[in-house]
Amino acid sequence: MTTCCGERFLGAGLKTGETLHLSGTPGNAMGAYLDGGEITVQGNVQDAVGDTMNHGTIIVHGSAGDALGYAMRGGEIYVRGSAGYRAGIHMKEYESQKPVLVIGGGAGSFLGEYMAGGLIVVLSMDCADSPAGNFTGTGMHGGKIFIRAQQPLEHLPAQVSQHAATPEDLQEIAAYVTQFAQHFSFDANELLQSQFYVLCPNATNPYHQLYVAN
Amino acid sequence: MGINWIYPEHEVVRNRDRCINCRVCERQCANEVHEYLSEHDKMVCDDAKCVNCHRCVSLCPTRALKIIPSGNTYRPNSNWTNRTINELYRQADTGGVLLSSMGCPQRYPVYFEKILLNASQVTNPSIDPLREPMESKVSLGARPRDIQRDENGRMINNLPPQISLSMPVMFSAMSYGSISYNAHESLARAAQELGILYNTGEGGLHEDFYEYGANTIVQVASGRFGVHSAYLNSGAAIEIKMGQGAKPGIGGHLPGTKIVGDISRTRMIPEGSDAISPAPHHDIYSIEDLRQLVYSLKTVTGHKKPVIVKIAAVHNVTAIASGIARSGADIIAIDGFRGGSGATPTRIRDNVGIPIELALASVDQRLRDEGIRDNVSIIVGGSIRSSADVVKAVALGADCVYIGTSALMALGCHLCRSCHAGKCNWGIATQEPQLTRRLNPDIGHRRLVNLMNAWRHEIKEMMGGMGINSIESLKGNRSMLRGIGLNEKELEILGIRHAGE
Ligand code: SF4
Ligand code: SF4
Ligand code: SF4
Repeated sequence: MTTCCGERFLGAGLKTGETLHLSGTPGNAMGAYLDGGEITVQGNVQDAVGDTMNHGTIIVHGSAGDALGYAMRGGEIYVRGSAGYRAGIHMKEYESQKPVLVIGGGAGSFLGEYMAGGLIVVLSMDCADSPAGNFTGTGMHGGKIFIRAQQPLEHLPAQVSQHAATPEDLQEIAAYVTQFAQHFSFDANELLQSQFYVLCPNATNPYHQLYVAN
Repeated sequence: MGINWIYPEHEVVRNRDRCINCRVCERQCANEVHEYLSEHDKMVCDDAKCVNCHRCVSLCPTRALKIIPSGNTYRPNSNWTNRTINELYRQADTGGVLLSSMGCPQRYPVYFEKILLNASQVTNPSIDPLREPMESKVSLGARPRDIQRDENGRMINNLPPQISLSMPVMFSAMSYGSISYNAHESLARAAQELGILYNTGEGGLHEDFYEYGANTIVQVASGRFGVHSAYLNSGAAIEIKMGQGAKPGIGGHLPGTKIVGDISRTRMIPEGSDAISPAPHHDIYSIEDLRQLVYSLKTVTGHKKPVIVKIAAVHNVTAIASGIARSGADIIAIDGFRGGSGATPTRIRDNVGIPIELALASVDQRLRDEGIRDNVSIIVGGSIRSSADVVKAVALGADCVYIGTSALMALGCHLCRSCHAGKCNWGIATQEPQLTRRLNPDIGHRRLVNLMNAWRHEIKEMMGGMGINSIESLKGNRSMLRGIGLNEKELEILGIRHAGE
């Protein structure tokens, strides 16, 4: 366990089998390009955590700053609190690699923009306002966003469709919500029994019709 | 289908006296222009489908074919040219954004053609590169400002990581996906043989090409396709792509139809899913954010590789370059508005950005004025067409140039500007196996090596003529340049005098 205060790039590129326990507040780009390692933080994290991560796990016992999990391709990020703007932008999945981002509280604007694959789960705990900000899922063309909420999200962009989660949908996130609950001592069943909405892209090729050869 | 208002741009002319109905042209044209009518024992063609790539022309055994402008015109109008009218019709027909490829073909000034080089006469002897040693090597990277010594007074090696090249030319970023496997193999092998570098572009690195790592620049773009730590560590340098000259301010979009097989594996996205690179990196909104990406890349590669930041030449390129030179990046790559692209919106390609010559001259000057020129090396691209362009670029202040279009031309590209259609008859900008196998990497890499060796010799000859025996002494040596037909402002920006002065 290392106490930190704003140091950047902690645990960047950490490989399978390597672990890092941090307390305090690590700086930006913690766990960038993470490649199988596991990072646990007893505190908040700043921006660009898990940038382009490939494999591994990041567990944050506080909240996260902006651009969380940018372009992540694999691995799992669990945040006990909330996430700032632009979480999960351009997440993508590939074969067995499927990135998962679970946010305990709410997320800021631009959540899951350009999302091309993977799963984002927003559990909306202790979240007074809407669980996600504006422009959620703009340009989304793959993956799914689960939002735990009583009401569907408003003002979604045209590329995103929304439906109330069915029991089959919930099976997809059950394992990750259970993990989340274990990391932070919550009751997984209670969380999973709540109402969720699922955001999916309308099409995998949203810009297909835009062009004419010249 | 409605009536097509647009008359074909090209006419396929077949000399019937020469044609032997061998049907080679029919087999070679993926656009299905040529057809053999057996009942008439006759070749016919549909000019409307022809993109003027010259594949059939080159392969016709009897030289029976040529492609000429069809010559059909609307009522002549200096304002409404044929092209403008046709583009309007195309959009009225489809409602689509016009999509083109390769560099801007419009009539804008080419400043390289308005700059002349110097040579020695009488008072300062010229050098003969065949007889005397002449250095064409360059090394790219940040130069330390101060000499550091340890407690015993010995010099500490504080040189940041460098790229070392046998000549000031590299192959610019072209992704696997936008060009074929065989094109990449040709570039990689040529780079290795020549002692220069090629660039993966933003599509990741095919597993077969990791062996060329010492001659590879690995690119990181906003989509981060195929980017992981093994990839980052495999190359000689890392390039952060912020912009591209052919489409400043625009992201990339490789349609799902091209994401097949190895391309999907290399980009690490599922087959059939669009590869969208957002216009900005959504984690970079400032020089400070850029600095963070630069250092995260350096951290994950053990501070052993120089980091290049590539931007498009836009109006405020000097201020941006000044920021980049303070961001911890080792090298700035600037791509002029004539730079190529596998697909770019026509209006962006033809209207956005500035010529590389002006961008280069002003960036070099600004960094010198601010005393930070040695923080970075400068690479320029965006239509370097000959060794003379290279020499002029270096004299304007570049450390090295990038060539993309010129390299593809060595491989067979005939500038038909239809890469976006994915049916390149020369096997370059396509993934169709029956087309890609037309490009033989053994021949392709040899042609690239030939081209570069010829340029290297010409560069030395031009330098020798000026009495200069190393690229280092040519760099930024604007006294070797004179403008021809340029106005005062242009001369001022280029930092050169007019011919005769
Ligand atoms: S390749 Fe030449 S000779 Fe053969 S069919 Fe075509 S035009 Fe005739
Ligand atoms: S598209 Fe190319 S190969 Fe086909 S007819 Fe035209 S020039 Fe010949
Ligand atoms: S690469 Fe191929 S499609 Fe593109 S311009 Fe060259 S010949 Fe045409």
